[in-house]
Amino acid sequence: MTAGVDLGQPQAQAIRSDEDVVRVRQLVRSVAVAVKLSLVDQTKVVTAASELARNTLVYGGGGSVDVTIVDNGRRKGVQIVFADSGPGIPDLDLALTDGYTTGGGLGLGLSGARRLVDEFQIETSAETGTRITVTKWSR
Amino acid sequence: MERVPILKIGDILLVSIQLDMSDQTAVQLQEDLAERIVATGCHGVIIDITALDIVDSFVGRMLSTIASISKVLDAETVVVGMRPAVAITLVELGLSLNGIRTALNVERGMELIAAARADELEYQLDDDPDAETATP
Repeated sequence: MTAGVDLGQPQAQAIRSDEDVVRVRQLVRSVAVAVKLSLVDQTKVVTAASELARNTLVYGGGGSVDVTIVDNGRRKGVQIVFADSGPGIPDLDLALTDGYTTGGGLGLGLSGARRLVDEFQIETSAETGTRITVTKWSR
Repeated sequence: MERVPILKIGDILLVSIQLDMSDQTAVQLQEDLAERIVATGCHGVIIDITALDIVDSFVGRMLSTIASISKVLDAETVVVGMRPAVAITLVELGLSLNGIRTALNVERGMELIAAARADELEYQLDDDPDAETATP
């Protein structure tokens, strides 16, 4: 368990550099362990977080992430919100297509991350930037 | 920025990734490995990812790129030690790791490289007309 992390409160992490993407992974992992996700589910949610944090950095020009423990009465889960004030995603359907990329990557970040989590919401506009909320529930 | 060490064992370069790599560290490893392959003339590269608890699309692409670069430089790359949860996640993510050879552990990786090397040498020998006359 990460020392000094109060898991009752949402954890925030700025995304401004490569090293911050590593910090996001570590933060998400510590929360995923705290809500007792299985090892495979921990791996999936950390991988999804890594993809989305990198998108926030590369396409959104940096931003922030909030990690919260959520409880729907039956199960606990990890909710992660990625926010940036970048240019937004002009064609969302296209951006969610496997293999589509404008950044020279593999084009699996957004579409792959969506497959790895239980809930995936995206709000994007040229004015307000992009906000992606993902949730992974314990089984 | 942290750097991943590259060890030379006989004719093989061994890279054991023990840290949660930033993207920059991953790109640096690609460059370092290409230089070491040329400097040492090694014919095999083993990348041990036992300690990695995730492989995302960036690291996946780095592994594919390393395999391609080494091939051009006459070296065989084998990725070893992938955790089961990582394998499951990679497939769901949609990453196919094209062109990458894998083995369960370092020992099997070394066997794979030795076998690939032996095949190649035999092939070159068959191809060379002088080789026939040179043997009594």
